[in-house]
Amino acid sequence: MEFTTEHEEIRRTTRRFIENEINPFVDEWEEAQIFPAHELFKKMGDLGLLGIHKPEAYGGMGLDYSYEMAFAEELGHITCGGVGMAIGVQTEMASSALARYGSDELREEFLTPAVAGEKVLSIGVSEPGAGSDVAGLKTTAVKDGDDYIINGSKMWITNGMQSDAICLLANTSDGKPHQNKSLIMVPMDAPGVERAKKIHKIGMWSSDTAQIFFDNVRVPQRNRIGMEGMGFMMQMQQFQEERMFAGASTLKGLEHVIQATIEYTQQRKTFDQPLIDNQVIHFRMGELQTEVEALRALVYRTCDLYVKDQNSMEVVKLASMAKLKAGRLAREVTDSCLQYWGGMGYTWENPVSRAFRDTRLLSIGGGADEIMLGIIAKLMGTLPGKKKSADADNKAA
Amino acid sequence: MKVLVSVKRVVDYNVRIQVKGDGSGVNLDGVKMSMNPFDEIAMEEAVRLKEAGTAEEVIAVTIGGDKAEEQLRSALAFGADRAIHVKVNEEVSPLTAARILKAVFEKEQPGLFLMGKQAIDDDNNQTGQMTSALLGIPQATFAGELKIDGNKATVVREVDAGLETIEVDLPAVVTADLRLNEPRYLKLPDIMKAKRKPVETVSMADLGVEAAPGLTVTKTSPPPARAAGIKVKTVDELVAALKDKGLV
Repeated sequence: MEFTTEHEEIRRTTRRFIENEINPFVDEWEEAQIFPAHELFKKMGDLGLLGIHKPEAYGGMGLDYSYEMAFAEELGHITCGGVGMAIGVQTEMASSALARYGSDELREEFLTPAVAGEKVLSIGVSEPGAGSDVAGLKTTAVKDGDDYIINGSKMWITNGMQSDAICLLANTSDGKPHQNKSLIMVPMDAPGVERAKKIHKIGMWSSDTAQIFFDNVRVPQRNRIGMEGMGFMMQMQQFQEERMFAGASTLKGLEHVIQATIEYTQQRKTFDQPLIDNQVIHFRMGELQTEVEALRALVYRTCDLYVKDQNSMEVVKLASMAKLKAGRLAREVTDSCLQYWGGMGYTWENPVSRAFRDTRLLSIGGGADEIMLGIIAKLMGTLPGKKKSADADNKAA
Repeated sequence: MKVLVSVKRVVDYNVRIQVKGDGSGVNLDGVKMSMNPFDEIAMEEAVRLKEAGTAEEVIAVTIGGDKAEEQLRSALAFGADRAIHVKVNEEVSPLTAARILKAVFEKEQPGLFLMGKQAIDDDNNQTGQMTSALLGIPQATFAGELKIDGNKATVVREVDAGLETIEVDLPAVVTADLRLNEPRYLKLPDIMKAKRKPVETVSMADLGVEAAPGLTVTKTSPPPARAAGIKVKTVDELVAALKDKGLV
């Protein structure tokens, strides 16, 4: 992966923006358990940060994914996880299928304002009864004239309390679970959409997470992204960018945790010597930094392949590996580092304890670790086929 | 009016400087480099003058090796119309820099020469003054405010005693202090546009300039490590401790 002067400038702009427009307010947003998405996204949209990989016709920069990745990596400088996640939902999760498969009219209506930071987006996949098991979701969109009538509910919706539209995955027919779903852009002010109470989470406090109910919500069929029944496939594709983004945006945050721990253990003295002089600590810091660099190498390699071939199955495998490793490593780094802060690490205000809480989500959201392992195993050819139960076999006989 | 702005490639202000083991200088291997922050302020001021219609053209100039082109690209992304890269691979002393900048000035004939008051690497704070002296034109250093009115510039200078307002005839060298403005965030479309703007490369020989002798860096060493502090419980204790050390 080779970075150009332009990549560096994008990194610089992103970092300066974070230092001045985000980090000074993070404590306030954590406390409020919501951040001002419209205000912040507008500022980012004005700088061109929300459409790096999006088509120029809709206000984007039309650049390849390596530029988006440089941006995602810099988001790791934000001193909490929630804001970066909310940005990722806007730029990848809720808008990449729209950008790729949406009609011109639909992109004009939803993508252009999302890139400009004028509309805040959510992605609606998970439900109370289906998360990582995407095929099992129950929300329906039934045709009625030129419209769809949507019924059901969505759970764990990032930006859910303040988004203007949601990219919703719903069953549009009764067919096979992988062929009966469609992605539909639903305005959140449509009658019948109800944002239930904000969900109280262990981390990611700056980000508002909602449960959303759809009660006979009517939207025109032209709000569907691409062909009917292709929603599952598009969502799976959409996940690749989300997973690379997750990997890339984890790196710098973990490095900050390691660095802060090094600085703390250099100052903190026990038994008349700085804590870090204990080999178990300085070796551990070296080990963790090595792991972060290894994750970075994997993320860069995945992105490099993706830039060359968006539809490569190798990318699916590597992106799943990057997401898996990011989640697992974040748990390892934050837990190990928190330990060396002693009692200080167990306090709420501590930066490492915040990272410990925030990054725990990585192994759960966007496809849990176990789903990633399933995908990797499948692509390695080691996933056993689904067997009928003995009972079912007997009945058949 | 043409505005010339000089920019320097320096170690990024966020980087913790490490002195080389043999004291021959600062470690630059793999270290993040940026445009000198005071030069960014100068760039911003020039671009604002252009946006206000006071300046017609903004030209950025840098002196340095191949990689200094990165800082010129930053300058172009800020809004400079074109750039001049004076390629020099060796260390450049302030007097050599001033000689080079004089030659560039004479070639370009700008109405105003803006630069940072100093570069954050060596903190010499000499190049602006020397350039104006060699050119025989007025200087207004440490500018906190700049107004152009026809052939004159009014500059509020940040001096030890407070603020000093002076008026200088143009062309003049104006060096930017911290509070002159707050540089903008570079927008992505401007970053990409900068790629296509022209950069002219010249050598010192092309400009007919010779390096100035007389300045050799003999040793570089890190500042002494800060000694551990002590904690006091009351103001009285603090005053007593300061008196004890003969500080008050």
